[in-house]
Amino acid sequence: MTKKIKNLNLNFGPQHPAAHGVLRLILELDGEVVEKADPHIGLLHRGTEKLIENKTYMQAVPYFDRLDYVAPMNQEHAFALAVEKILKIDVPIRAQYIRVIFCEIGRILSHILNVTTQALDVGALTPSLWGFEERETLMTFYERASGSRLHANYFRAGGVHQDLPKGLEEDISNFCDTFPKVINDLESLLTDNRIFKQRNVDIGIVSKEDALDYSFSGVMIRGSGVPWDLRKSQPYDCYEDLDFKIPVGKNGDCYDRYLCRIEEMKESVSIIKQCLSKMEKGPIKSLDGKISPPSKKDIKQSMEALIHHFKLFTEGYRVPKDEIYTAVEAPKGEFGVYLISDGSSKPYKCKIRAPGFSHLQSMDYLIKGHMLADVPAILGSLDIVFGEVDR
Amino acid sequence: MNSLEDLEKKINSELTTKINNSEIKHNQIYLETDKDDFLDVILFLKTNLDTKFRQLIDITVVDYPENNQRFQVVYLFLSHEFNQRLVLKYSISENEVIPSLTSVFPAANWMEREVFDMYGVNFKDHPDLRRILTDYGFEGHPLRKDFPLTGHSEVRYSEDQKKVISEPVKLEQNYRNFDYESPWEGTKYIKEEIENNDKKN
Repeated sequence: MTKKIKNLNLNFGPQHPAAHGVLRLILELDGEVVEKADPHIGLLHRGTEKLIENKTYMQAVPYFDRLDYVAPMNQEHAFALAVEKILKIDVPIRAQYIRVIFCEIGRILSHILNVTTQALDVGALTPSLWGFEERETLMTFYERASGSRLHANYFRAGGVHQDLPKGLEEDISNFCDTFPKVINDLESLLTDNRIFKQRNVDIGIVSKEDALDYSFSGVMIRGSGVPWDLRKSQPYDCYEDLDFKIPVGKNGDCYDRYLCRIEEMKESVSIIKQCLSKMEKGPIKSLDGKISPPSKKDIKQSMEALIHHFKLFTEGYRVPKDEIYTAVEAPKGEFGVYLISDGSSKPYKCKIRAPGFSHLQSMDYLIKGHMLADVPAILGSLDIVFGEVDR
Repeated sequence: MNSLEDLEKKINSELTTKINNSEIKHNQIYLETDKDDFLDVILFLKTNLDTKFRQLIDITVVDYPENNQRFQVVYLFLSHEFNQRLVLKYSISENEVIPSLTSVFPAANWMEREVFDMYGVNFKDHPDLRRILTDYGFEGHPLRKDFPLTGHSEVRYSEDQKKVISEPVKLEQNYRNFDYESPWEGTKYIKEEIENNDKKN
């Protein structure tokens, strides 16, 4: 007697610890092999783009923190660069260094989270406990500079909101000295770990061609052996003056992507060190009084300053009619802002290009033929954060 | 092509009538084309050895409700080989259906779904045109300029019915759009003066 076997449909998420947020995956299973994956996203959709169209340019910045909320300042950077290019304003050199330092801190924040939770997903608990302690230190740096641990709202078109407080530079420098040891500890737990390798090597292989076709960027494309990094190829702010390497993978599997992230953290530490040594005292935001608000001291003494302060925080500055696409190398890949201004103080349109969106789209292609247990491993190595996927 | 100027020349000479307008700004090239020609243009850009725009970065639409051809469809491309970016645009009217790009770039799948969801633009031959970001059963297209910021319906848990229900938005106070532009440099006569000065210079 023959029995007809039907494929099983499995609903994975939206409330599942390994779904890294609110992903709902509809999986079609043949035994334990995944035949098809249909990700349902949008459970964290907040209408960021619509909201930005109704806010002034300065009010739009905090929305970018809430996209990829594990590396907030990298997103702000893309928006600030877009506005600066349209306004044609220069950013003082100290502000550029500060921004790069915090972008690299963001990269470390994001990579620690990703590497350790990926380990957690495949069964290793300790890395996350060690890694999160370092994240806490880094978020303290965020807090000391901007006033908040996560949603910093620190970058402005033309620079940053305020100068670094006393002592912060030394503390960041001390961190750079101690952190490489933590990376080594993490590596000693994972890199040669038999179980970790069994779960990641040769899983979720992406070929060079497919990485291009599926619009991959960041670690997802470098893991497949394409040496593409916007910090090198289309440098913004002061990345041109800094010396760093681009780690590239060989096989394009989950394990190579993990190795890339580890190496990138080491490079980030070196970038931060270089910035700290090159940084000098100076202004931290554009000197154009029509864009940067005046200091508190000036407001108390000058009528003009008071008027400008009031107008900048009610009407906001006007941005001439133009359109631009700017992209930065965010920890997860190419994060871009397509901005259309119409001469008023609010953007006419602001399309946000999130790397995670195109990465998650390839889930069906990546998972086909793998076992159910590989779903969390692949999902983990895609480095998905729903804030940016759903926007 | 090594420089954007060469690229612009190359595109204009090869595609002649298919390109309505080309412009270089912000270190990127901006092309305007027609709905009927855009597929040819994209295929050329992707396959030609001097352009090699192998990566589709994003697809989006800009809504201009006052225009006859209301939507402007925008494609963003990247060429790793030549380290160049390209923006391709064309306009369509509200109910026009445009061909899908999924057979050329697999990455277009979700991007087109997002455009469909947010603007209600339909794509021909798309394998799976469903809403993507909005809720199951959502009505309307939120990024259209005539869609209100507050939306049409709000969701809450009803204690009586013991389930989540959705009902029309009731706001204690309407969303207020203040006019901050009146004094200072916003007034008409000053704006005109600034424009005149710009012309003289």
